[in-house]
Amino acid sequence: MDAFIQLLNGFSIAIAPMNLAFAAIGVLLGTAVGVLPGIGPALTVALLLPATFKLDPGGSLIMFAGIYYGGMYGGSTTAILLNTPGEAASVVTALEGNQMARKGRGGPALATAAIGSFVAALIATIGLAFLAPILVKLAVKFGPWDYFGLMLIAFVTVSATFGSSPLRGLTSLGIGLWLGLIGIDQLTGQTRLAFGVPNLFDGIEVTTLAVGLFAIGEALHVASRHMYAPEKPIPIKGSIWMTRADWARSWKPWLRGAAFGFPIGALPAGGAEIPTFLSYTTERKLAKHPEEFGHGAIEGVAGPEAANNASAAGSLVPLLTLGLPTSATAAVMLAGFQQYNIQPGPLLFVQHADLVWGLIASLFIANVMLLVLNLPMVGLWVQLLKIPLPWLYAGILVFATMGTIAANPSVVELLLLSGFGLLGFLMRRYDYPVAPVIVGLILGPMADSQLRRALQMSLGDPMVLLQHPGSAAMIAIAVIALVAPFVFKGLARFRQDED
Amino acid sequence: MSFFTRRLAAACLAVMAAVAPAAAQELELTITAPAGAGGGWDAAARSLQEVMMKTGAAKSVQVVNVPGAGGTVGLAQFAQSAKGAPDQLLVGGITMVGAILTNKAPVNLGDVTPIARLTGDPLVVVVPKDSPHQTLADLTAAIKADVANTIWAGGSAGGADHILAALITQAAGADPSKVNYVAYSGGGEALAAMLGGQVTAGISGYGEWQGQIESGDLRALAISYPEPIEGIAAQPLKAQGVDVELVNWRGVFAGPDISDADKQALGAAIEQTVKSPEWQELLKARGWTDYYAPADEFKAFVESENERVHATLKSIGLAE
Repeated sequence: MDAFIQLLNGFSIAIAPMNLAFAAIGVLLGTAVGVLPGIGPALTVALLLPATFKLDPGGSLIMFAGIYYGGMYGGSTTAILLNTPGEAASVVTALEGNQMARKGRGGPALATAAIGSFVAALIATIGLAFLAPILVKLAVKFGPWDYFGLMLIAFVTVSATFGSSPLRGLTSLGIGLWLGLIGIDQLTGQTRLAFGVPNLFDGIEVTTLAVGLFAIGEALHVASRHMYAPEKPIPIKGSIWMTRADWARSWKPWLRGAAFGFPIGALPAGGAEIPTFLSYTTERKLAKHPEEFGHGAIEGVAGPEAANNASAAGSLVPLLTLGLPTSATAAVMLAGFQQYNIQPGPLLFVQHADLVWGLIASLFIANVMLLVLNLPMVGLWVQLLKIPLPWLYAGILVFATMGTIAANPSVVELLLLSGFGLLGFLMRRYDYPVAPVIVGLILGPMADSQLRRALQMSLGDPMVLLQHPGSAAMIAIAVIALVAPFVFKGLARFRQDED
Repeated sequence: MSFFTRRLAAACLAVMAAVAPAAAQELELTITAPAGAGGGWDAAARSLQEVMMKTGAAKSVQVVNVPGAGGTVGLAQFAQSAKGAPDQLLVGGITMVGAILTNKAPVNLGDVTPIARLTGDPLVVVVPKDSPHQTLADLTAAIKADVANTIWAGGSAGGADHILAALITQAAGADPSKVNYVAYSGGGEALAAMLGGQVTAGISGYGEWQGQIESGDLRALAISYPEPIEGIAAQPLKAQGVDVELVNWRGVFAGPDISDADKQALGAAIEQTVKSPEWQELLKARGWTDYYAPADEFKAFVESENERVHATLKSIGLAE
């Protein structure tokens, strides 16, 4: 109950009119910068952090929270409307969200993303307030073997879910894993496959790959077809608001997404990507109309967006209790704390209880503010799609390039962007799914380091993966998920033969 | 689209207005942080920006992030673009010395002009609270008995943490090429491995683990500073019979071939900054230790560090 009283106290600070105004400014600034393709929330927060320096700690944290949520929402907006995810975690949102937008249902897609984020953040904030001390004790017990097991599950489910056949999914995943090998190996410091190009030493930037495959590939695709069958600007069909059916199809994915996002986000190496992938796969499996997936299923936007936001709140668990930033955004937040001489860690809840609860309350207020300010603007955002296609895609190319250059100013990065754009175009032309490439790039290096860390700790004994119950169970699930479809197919054939 | 650009312009203006107070001097600096937002070098660059503009040591300061490969990408770019420039600075540190060697980078710190050493933080050697090792002597005895089974956790391979693990192993009388060092992306991720009891000992910047040390979740055995530090209970390695010292230093460099007058002007601006009460306050807030040294002293220091780091990396097998 103590936590509850302190949370209320935090609210009483955050709800002061001046602080509400800071929240509103933060949300507006965050959204405005976050909508630039290729600029994710971390970069948005880093760019705008100086704007909060002049305020008192309370006002600054609130504006900060506003910028953060605005940046996240801005990123989803471009992922849905323009198919240009600004960060890895909104890659999945772009899959179904953009298909919805192309069918004239951009309004409901944006709405379900915003409301789903709100619901998930609400649940996760409550979880943060009451479960943080318990969760963190469990999370540090998660060893490298367990992470490896979790990643195997992600690999199997993703390659089976995306694309028209598992083989195509696995091929795309293979390309991603290969791209993931490029750069300095984390465990030995040696470079792999970089051919002496210094810009490749840190590996391929995920946003460059995502923007290249999605946005540039898309623009090339549109251009290649324009001569034969000029596409018309996408008309907005039906209401820009969510219908009753949309609500009915969204609420369960929101809750399930939050259930994936919060605990995995709370793991010290969990991140936001895995829960969005798992949420998408789950929704596809559970959906009444799985055939709609890939053509604009609202569940595929609602679930992953909720998972993304819940994991963002989840990542505050290790940040506030261990001082451990598990994402780029959390690292920037850490800097935000440090400007007030506050070092997050196990003593933070004791020493600076008012600020911590103030931050949690501010995140909440900022989230409400986001909903209040942005839902009415959904109608305005979707007007973007009325722009004639050649103009729209020219604009996308300019903004996608600008976003990439802003994050990493180098010629090599531009060449990579163009190369990935061409790859995305070819993959689309020959019907290979692009999402597994990005999954491979993100999770490949993580699985690589975690497996080798596990082996390093066991002095090279591979049995370590089976000796820990957690990793053994997860590896078993992954193997079953991989083999089961083939076994069932075999059984079905066997029965047919019997008849 | 104009709606877009108008809002972006408004955002940019708001940011600029917030970070541009009036200043007396004419110096318009650009500081390159050879790392992404959120890291130590970025923090150092932005701290310099904040204090230089507050104290009037510079009229305006812009921070540019060029991330990549332990700072060597930023260094290579800086060595080219800042040649002879009177208004360009680069932040660097001991990790960059190691990265230049392990990456066989074409440009090294001898190619740029050292201006000043700024901060120097102690590294700390810790064990989990349930560890059987109560003292540093227990740990070194364990290293001597079975070097492969003494598992270390710390920051990136070839970085300061890794170098210290190798130096301690060597001082304990074991073969440093056999050191079983599990590299994490930073002190934070390594912390989870420490708290989970998956490794024997860990190394990180003292500030990063201060909270866990004070709360008793980690037991600090020693710090890597040559002398004891006020407010830190753990004693230096040297005072405990392990003849090793290592300071995680950061400094600023100017481009190659700058004139003596420009070098002096930059040095003076930095000196004015680090001697200000604002800087001391900021050091305290960030948990950094003052380690200021002017240009000539810093130059000799960088050379000796380069030799020492090279020898250690060679002994681990990470450099030739």
